[in-house]
Amino acid sequence: MPEVRSPILELQGITKSFGGVEALRGVDFALLPGEIHGLVGENGAGKSTLMKIIAGVHTEFSGRFLIDGKETHFRSARDAHAAGIAMVHQELSVAPDLTVAENVFLGNQPTNRLGLVQWRRMAREAGEQLARFGIDVDPMTRLGDLPIGLQQLIEIARVLFSGARIVILDEPTSALSPPEVERLFATLRRLREEGTAIVFISHFIEDILLVSDTVTVFRNGRKVAETASAATSKGALIEAMIGRGGEALEHSYTDDLMLPQPSDSTVVLKADQLSLARSLKDVSFEARAGEVLGIYGFMGCGQQELSRILFGKLKPDAGTLAVEGTPKTFASTAAARRAGVALVPESRRDMLFHQEAVYKNISISILDRISSLLLKPTQERDIARRQVEQLQIRPPVVGLDLGMLSGGNQQKVALAKWLTYPPKLLVLCEPTRGMDVGAKNDVINIVRDLRARGLAIIVLSTEPETVLSLADRILVLKRGALVREFSNEPVSKDRLLEAA
Amino acid sequence: MASSETAFAEAHRARGLAPFLRSQMRNIAPFLTLIFLSAFFAFASPSFATLDNLGNILTQVSVTGIIAVGLTFVILCAEIDLSIASIANVTGIAVAYFTLQESYVNIANIPLPGAVAIILSILLCALLGLVNALGLTVIGIPSFIMTLAMMQIAAGISALLVRGQIAYKVPGLITTLGSGSIGGIPWIVIVAAIMLLGGHLVLTYTRFGRYVYMVGGNREAAEYSGLNVKLILGAVMVISAVCSGIGGMLGVAHFGSAQQNEFDTYLLDSIAAVVVGGTSLFGGRGGIGNTIVGLFVLGVLNNGLDHVNIDSFLKILIRGLILLAALIINVYAQRLREKAAE
Repeated sequence: MPEVRSPILELQGITKSFGGVEALRGVDFALLPGEIHGLVGENGAGKSTLMKIIAGVHTEFSGRFLIDGKETHFRSARDAHAAGIAMVHQELSVAPDLTVAENVFLGNQPTNRLGLVQWRRMAREAGEQLARFGIDVDPMTRLGDLPIGLQQLIEIARVLFSGARIVILDEPTSALSPPEVERLFATLRRLREEGTAIVFISHFIEDILLVSDTVTVFRNGRKVAETASAATSKGALIEAMIGRGGEALEHSYTDDLMLPQPSDSTVVLKADQLSLARSLKDVSFEARAGEVLGIYGFMGCGQQELSRILFGKLKPDAGTLAVEGTPKTFASTAAARRAGVALVPESRRDMLFHQEAVYKNISISILDRISSLLLKPTQERDIARRQVEQLQIRPPVVGLDLGMLSGGNQQKVALAKWLTYPPKLLVLCEPTRGMDVGAKNDVINIVRDLRARGLAIIVLSTEPETVLSLADRILVLKRGALVREFSNEPVSKDRLLEAA
Repeated sequence: MASSETAFAEAHRARGLAPFLRSQMRNIAPFLTLIFLSAFFAFASPSFATLDNLGNILTQVSVTGIIAVGLTFVILCAEIDLSIASIANVTGIAVAYFTLQESYVNIANIPLPGAVAIILSILLCALLGLVNALGLTVIGIPSFIMTLAMMQIAAGISALLVRGQIAYKVPGLITTLGSGSIGGIPWIVIVAAIMLLGGHLVLTYTRFGRYVYMVGGNREAAEYSGLNVKLILGAVMVISAVCSGIGGMLGVAHFGSAQQNEFDTYLLDSIAAVVVGGTSLFGGRGGIGNTIVGLFVLGVLNNGLDHVNIDSFLKILIRGLILLAALIINVYAQRLREKAAE
């Protein structure tokens, strides 16, 4: 457009640190009215921190913050809301048991003079407003009865109706089907014409390129690129996101890594056409003894559900599992454990007993192997001591309550519970998330050692580094479907991101 | 390695006496309550602190004690069983129903040999417990609601069996255990003691007992450790029903009659005994030791209030207030413990 528009929002030299760690370093950012501005960057690059500053969630930072050219300082999210800024968070925040109309008007239902809700008016207006965005539902339906994608569209619609001039969307498409994504984009384009400024954060670079006018790339708390969407490509953006310099101390996996020849050892687990509601579609793969199979994908791509199915915690709607050639339908996690499958979920809280001693945490999964009726505490402690020594768990006190250990040591305990009698298949979700470099290396070495002992291992992660550092073969899961297999070929972080 | 471990443990203990005491709050508080109440009543009434009266208290808490054994398992799993009193009642009535009654008892019952009557009655309460278990684990009804329904069902079966009448005779073995004594000690006290001891041994020394604590401590983690959580939850519901049934049979012999609504007060008393004793309503903490202390707190309170000159209608209010205080301590102790663990 030829005319020069003045920015509706302008940030200058924004720096924000959390306890000495700089999350944003001197970032400039400007948003024009009637613009869709895409934001990309790896996890922890600073996108969310910046958006939370704009939305008034973080109020302590240095730098200038201007709205309509006037310097402003929000003291709370409420201030930001009053200034016409609204944000849709990644997780749904709707009330599934209320009607569509109630959700649309959540917090400001139209009332009559007596303070009673005017239901008919609310339903009519909600219907009209939703229709404007191409959503055709009965406003009196219970929201929870609608598909997740539609719920998300309604939540987004609610934010848009609030009269916001600046709308921030954080990963709005991860739960949407392709036609729903189309509908969302059509809505965004219409809003753009009405002059609303939109910030669109996504891992899906294609989506960003499709809908946004401008793209900004973040890396390590800095803005490293800002360009017109029409003038860039997926490859260029990924390169800007990852960077080629020696910025990171750790191995950055930016160079190609050669994956080995696929192993021809016995197939320990065969998954065939696994499907689960909206999470997984026809997922088939094999895991072999002495091999680490990496499964990479973005948050919400179906990894979590897949791991739960392998361990008998979720039942697939369709598809079969076979362990060493024998078909299995796991009625419970106990059945999966007996069949030789073990799972370490991404959340330690979910798999450990914080109020119990370390040795009880380690022995719980093998109690039926060491005692039929009576407990054998001496033997339990001996086994635990051996694991504690082998995995170098600190402090080396098996009688201590687990809650007293650091996060990294707790993660080792979570592994230790499966190692006394190793399973045939070990499924690890995000095995190194949130760990310091030392603990990370320890875990990586433990996993390699287990592979050498002939276990089949599946590592599911949203962090490309984790998958690249461990896997012999890599599958890429995208919106619930396997889209690419890397095997016996060079692979790197940008190749992975490209595939996902 | 072993020595460094002990050294570390000792250093740790020395550093944290206050956190240790805080973490033991749930065990200490009920014990202090018991000592305080006993001292108070001993001071207030000369007839309270006698050996005879101790025997009275023991006998008075026996039926509650037997029922509370099973309930302790349930509450340790962070579930609840509201059908205990009704199941006790229906099992007591059933064992009388299967026994030959005097001619003036107007119940169309089915007299059977004593052993058969006892076995059938135990099967009945186990079956009702199994229904609770299936409702909870297979259908997924919360235990609070499931056992509320079972409370009505069991009361309904009781009503159908006795039809407003009263039965008096139970099999000889039950009569002996419920109302006889040996060497001056009532059999019912001995049975309660054995069942409490048994419950304690199972919870402390068996694999199943460990599972109960782990499921109560963190159900999600138990499932991720590959435990069959539903099986364990189902088992505790059956254990609870069978303990209630035994309590009901002996109770009927102890009272000398079997009739409708005979056990109504035992629901609250049993729950109170377990909770007052310090077993966490959130599961995973406590045990039979706590339940025993809780039983004595309730026993001393009920018995002691009879020894001092007090409006008998006020007693009910006082019991309610003591229960409330115990619940507050229970929730508060959980919080202190969580703080100590941080």
